Amino acid sequence: MIGGLFIYNHKGEVLISRVYRDDIGRNAVDAFRVNVIHARQQVRSPVTNIARTSFFHVKRSNIWLAAVTKQNVNAAMVFEFLYKMCDVMTAYFGKISEENIKNNFVLIYELLDEILDFGYPQNSETGALKTFITQQGIKGQHQVINITHCSSVRFIVSACGAVPYLLSALLMIPLHTFFLFSAFSAYQPSPFVSSDTVSLPVPQTKEEQSQITSQVTGQIGWRREGIKYRRNELFLDVLESVNLLMSPQGQVLSAHVSGRVVMKSYLSGMPECKFGMNDKIVIDKQGKGGASDEAGKSDLGGGSGKQSIAIDDCTFHQCVRLSKFDSERSISFIPPDGEYELMRYRTTKDIILPFRVIPLVREVGRTKLEVKVVIKSNFKPSLLAQKIEVRIPTPLNTSGVQVICMKGKAKYKASENAIVWKIKRMAGMKESQISAEIELLPTNDKKKWARPPISMNFEVPFAPSGLKVRYLKVFESKLNYSDHDVIKWVRYIGRSGIYETRC
Amino acid sequence: MQEWANQLCENRQFGSKMTDSKYFTTTKKGEIFELKAELNSDKKEKKKEAVKKVIASMTVGKDVSALFPDVVNCMQTDNLELKKLVYLYLMNYAKSQPDMAIMAVNTFVKDCEDPNPLIRALAVRTMGCIRVDKITEYLCEPLRKCLKDEDPYVRKTAAVCVAKLHDINAQLVEDQGFLDTLKDLISDSNPMVVANAVAALSEIAESHPNSNLLDLNPQTINKLLTALNECTEWGQIFILDCLANYTPRDDRESQSICERVTPRLSHANSAVVLSAVKVLMKFMEMLPKDLDYYGTLLKKLAPPLVTLLSAEPELQYVALRNINLIVQRRPEILKHEMKVFFVKYNDPIYVKLEKLDIMIRLASQANIAQVLAELKEYATEVDVDFVRKAVRAIGRCAIKVEQSAERCVSTLLDLIQTKVNYVVQEAIVVIKDIFRKYPNKYESVIATLCENLDSLDEPEARAAMIWIVGEYAERIDNADELLESFLEGFHDESTQVQLQLLTAIVKLFLKKPTETQELVQQVLSLATQDSDNPDLRDRGYIYWRLLSTDPVAAKEVVLAEKPLISEETDLIEPTLLEELICHIGTLASVYHKPPSAFVEGSRGVQHKRLPGSAGSGESVDSPDTGSAAGVSEAPPAVIPSQGDLLGDLLNLDLTPPTATGPPPAPSSGMQMGAMDLLGGGLDSLMGDESEPPPIPLRTDTPQSPQLSHQSPSPPDYSPTELGGDLGGSPAMGAGFGAPAAAMPASFSAPVSGGLDDLFDLGGGVGMPMGAYSPPKTVWLPAMKAKGLEISGTFARRAGVIQMEMTLTNKAMSVMTDFAIQFNRNSFGLAPAGPLQVLTPLSPNQSIEVALPLSTVGPVMKMEPLSNLQVAVKNNIDVFYFSCQYPISMLFVEDGKMERQVFLATWKDIPNDNESQFQIKDCHLSSDAASNKLQGSNVFTIAKRTVEGQDMLYQSMKLTNGIWVLAELRVQAGNPNYTVSLKCRAPEVSQCVFQSYEAMLKN
Repeated sequence: MIGGLFIYNHKGEVLISRVYRDDIGRNAVDAFRVNVIHARQQVRSPVTNIARTSFFHVKRSNIWLAAVTKQNVNAAMVFEFLYKMCDVMTAYFGKISEENIKNNFVLIYELLDEILDFGYPQNSETGALKTFITQQGIKGQHQVINITHCSSVRFIVSACGAVPYLLSALLMIPLHTFFLFSAFSAYQPSPFVSSDTVSLPVPQTKEEQSQITSQVTGQIGWRREGIKYRRNELFLDVLESVNLLMSPQGQVLSAHVSGRVVMKSYLSGMPECKFGMNDKIVIDKQGKGGASDEAGKSDLGGGSGKQSIAIDDCTFHQCVRLSKFDSERSISFIPPDGEYELMRYRTTKDIILPFRVIPLVREVGRTKLEVKVVIKSNFKPSLLAQKIEVRIPTPLNTSGVQVICMKGKAKYKASENAIVWKIKRMAGMKESQISAEIELLPTNDKKKWARPPISMNFEVPFAPSGLKVRYLKVFESKLNYSDHDVIKWVRYIGRSGIYETRC
Repeated sequence: MQEWANQLCENRQFGSKMTDSKYFTTTKKGEIFELKAELNSDKKEKKKEAVKKVIASMTVGKDVSALFPDVVNCMQTDNLELKKLVYLYLMNYAKSQPDMAIMAVNTFVKDCEDPNPLIRALAVRTMGCIRVDKITEYLCEPLRKCLKDEDPYVRKTAAVCVAKLHDINAQLVEDQGFLDTLKDLISDSNPMVVANAVAALSEIAESHPNSNLLDLNPQTINKLLTALNECTEWGQIFILDCLANYTPRDDRESQSICERVTPRLSHANSAVVLSAVKVLMKFMEMLPKDLDYYGTLLKKLAPPLVTLLSAEPELQYVALRNINLIVQRRPEILKHEMKVFFVKYNDPIYVKLEKLDIMIRLASQANIAQVLAELKEYATEVDVDFVRKAVRAIGRCAIKVEQSAERCVSTLLDLIQTKVNYVVQEAIVVIKDIFRKYPNKYESVIATLCENLDSLDEPEARAAMIWIVGEYAERIDNADELLESFLEGFHDESTQVQLQLLTAIVKLFLKKPTETQELVQQVLSLATQDSDNPDLRDRGYIYWRLLSTDPVAAKEVVLAEKPLISEETDLIEPTLLEELICHIGTLASVYHKPPSAFVEGSRGVQHKRLPGSAGSGESVDSPDTGSAAGVSEAPPAVIPSQGDLLGDLLNLDLTPPTATGPPPAPSSGMQMGAMDLLGGGLDSLMGDESEPPPIPLRTDTPQSPQLSHQSPSPPDYSPTELGGDLGGSPAMGAGFGAPAAAMPASFSAPVSGGLDDLFDLGGGVGMPMGAYSPPKTVWLPAMKAKGLEISGTFARRAGVIQMEMTLTNKAMSVMTDFAIQFNRNSFGLAPAGPLQVLTPLSPNQSIEVALPLSTVGPVMKMEPLSNLQVAVKNNIDVFYFSCQYPISMLFVEDGKMERQVFLATWKDIPNDNESQFQIKDCHLSSDAASNKLQGSNVFTIAKRTVEGQDMLYQSMKLTNGIWVLAELRVQAGNPNYTVSLKCRAPEVSQCVFQSYEAMLKN
């Protein structure tokens, strides 16, 4: 098991060191610094073995977290733990920086004592930890608002531009009304804040104590009892990144979508939730019986009216009952309070490619290149894509570039060896083009220019996989609110992952 | 309300200015005194601040142990926050201040009874972390109570505490019966308690390989599977890892467990997924392949493995290392998933290299076009290692998929045109392999290759190029000029190139004798007279003699058909692969090494095995109950470590008795082949110590490549070719092993262990052979001897019996005053001198001792006969252990009987005294066997061949004068030998037979 855990700053100075096992000597701290942090070479492996001691490390900005062991530990577990540790620290004090770590070192030690016992990870859910960790997080000084304490700020809609879409895309779903946000200009990490979740005082009564311990060790370690909200509300974000590699002739070499469903739940009590989406397997199973459900939503939210999608694989937050998913393919759970990632999924079939890039490169003699790139948007005309950026690589010996584009702004960036073409907004079923003349310096370099692919970035207000949220039902039998009383929001954001066209 | 919020915000801001970081800034000289005063302050807040300051100093490495009493005084508080701070301090300094730590005991004991479960748990958790004997004594009672506490939080903490205590004092845990209580906790109602109990038991069981601690039976398995659905993600990992140690009774049970584990594949935590994969991969072995469920399971495994590749890069790396193993074991799982292993531009280099490895493994006719297109892209990237590997991968594709060979060669030629130095060199090395695989097919490219001759500066590429020129000398008009140009700087070349050049010129001479006589003379004299390198010299002499005695034979030998090279590169040796599959998700699977290679002490030394398939229940040996690597009773040679296997391989190569002896008879091409191999083998092994050891080969499969060395094979078996034959050239191995090589310098420890073996053998080449000595085994585990670990073996060196031991101090204090004594034993073994441990053995230090033994000690018959009871004393205590020595140590040098005497004695000994044994799976020829045995003083007196069966008559003499006569029957093609032993003292026969087996198989 994990023998010790060290946190270093970028210089290799130790900020936190906690040793759990006797076989880890004091020199282990230095061994890692000398052999990894101060190593002349680039890091070639996240696992390093020095003198029969294994070091696992991850880096967050310029902070190194290293776990050390002398045994044959579960390596995947160690990394998962390190990530979890980062999550917990972020939840407590924001960005992982030297300043924040120094400001919170007592908290970190207390956390390390609790979530690792003799090197065995214990309950590490922030929600549960906050009930009995005595220290509180201190955020960096430049972070002005401590969100948890702003009782009056309930709801911030930062980008009001979204409102029209919000109204136009009213979505009817069985049993319930969902609102659909189209993409904002930027994804706000957590503008939705509720009043009732201030960190708790140290428990005093015996009931409180045993309630905490049973929660920490119980089946639902991620949620505490007795949460109350005046308004029960939940937000679902379907965030997808679409990846593409296309040949110059327009043939799709590989394409896949990796998506996440992020949920922010502000629900009272211990609500039982059931989440439904247009998963092909489920829809097919329901057969004709479900047809009437589909009618209402067939053409909303996205580029196509696909009824159902084939999901290659999905993984769930630990709150989801996996055996139930395995047997019935139903997603049921008691959610953690606040924001968390409900599921991740991956699809490769019938992906809606929001943009098509058509490149044309012509070499005119040895000193000139003519490039023409057309982009076509391929989704409903009523939707708007944003933050579009096309990056056209140029040879290393480029001496000058002239660009003409119909829309947006284009610039040659010599330092990046690329022409960067930016378009703020573009509606569906449109097309735009750029043409450029690239002057080259004559060189002796025999190595031909490798023509790296043209890459694209964008953000669209629908899910390129075609995934739709069908319902999210909430049941809380003990409290007096029903599924109908819960206000639910859902939005879809599709972003480009690695979206490349070879030329 | 709004106002209140604002105020609060302000307060927080104000508060945040006075953050913990201020504690780091106190550097004044008198601070200890100031702190002391603050610690003794009446105000709680001030105390708390002071303790925080103390802990800050502790973190940055300042010595604040002087404040111990003052901090401990703060312990008696009902404030949980302050208590936690004080405990943190205690954990750090208790060990250095054991006497003062006692002051804390009372508070600990009191806290263990606190009404607040959080405090009870905190106390028991902290106490377990303080490794001070006196505190440990007081821990037992509270721990016992806490294990039965009403609160699950306390119980789960207590469960881990048992593991802590066991680490400090294993005996105490056993004596106090904590293990039984821990076992009971597996049935606890709370899932987290179950998970922690499982984790603790698994860890304790690891250091007791033979104990039946984790008594896994269907009932407990059922309990674990139930808890699996309910506990935290970490608990699920503990339980899955434990489940993987279980061996189901039959395929039905196996299937039902698999069915309950598969839902875990959808867990967001990658470690849960990988551990579930481990359980499934293992239990799948037991399912009949025609079962529908088997197919379903295979299909279910692919998507989660692919999903792991969208995790964070570090986890991707772990996943890829594991997928590499899975693909080797069950290629069908991922055969359609090639695309997901395509390298992304932004992947970290370690992910890129691993992906490339897997791409080659998955390459097949169906996807080769795509793969090649990708590889070509990669060859233009920036990272040199990655580019090299990509180029090699193209070569591997050519060898693996014949249809693609032509395209691969043309791609390689394109790359050579780029003139990028390292690309060109790499391409030439792989083209050589392609030539080997498809002789006389792509020679048209030789001209292009020759153009790049001057730019080659790496030995491997030079050697490859020279090989090509030599091999196709008849087609290259100026082959002699090309080779001559290399000859100028002969002495500056690396050995690899020198050897290759020698062979190439001899080939050239045999093909074009008229023009090249001078050249061959020159190279032979360079190799034999001016070189210090014995390998080179020997090879030179052999060629010289061959050419001078019988040029026709020379031609047959040197230009013989070469065996095909295998398609797959650096496959992991099957038994190791099986073991690694049992370790999926762990460090072993990341390093691709068995845990024993990087874990110290007795932990993890246990070798895990996959269960046998359904029906062959006989071979199912439950890993947790298996007797493998037993502490003292198990025969030492059960599982040789990697180093020994290495020795093994070399032994085989060393078979001919006259390695450097007089010139071989003209007909014995076989011996020379083997000898040349020895040169090559040693060379490639010694040349690159940082490489991971070459894959050890099993000696019991007839198809196993090294056996071909036994048959006549061409002597121009250069190192690279040898490697190629073993499954890819070693350099290729090095290229692909790059991540491994980048990994641990410390691995050179086990590797060089293997190399030492080689040198030993190498040193003994002049003599017939070294005597067999079993690998070292742990005789006395550290936990039974207060931290002293002894592992050892027996050897007979130059007629002296030696007990070779490694003493390791795993305790905290220095050990001195070592002494050793034997109990009376069957052959009167006794130390011939005192135990030579002159310097005190400090903690974590090891020392090698060789104790010469005499055979004049008191005699008492032991059971078993070769049992030896030993007492070792040091300044701490006296420890006893027993071990067994191989009886072959007692075979004396003058054990060769006269023929006549032998015949007479054989007849004289009554037939009742004859015992017959079978030695299975031995693939040595009778000559080789005879040579091998002679190394251990078993002398062959006569050999008779009857109907294809070789009968060897052998004699040996024990130190006490007992003669043992043997008849060894070897039938060609039959791996089973029969030994008949005759002796006047028939009780030794069993021991002698065991030695026979050990000698022949090692």
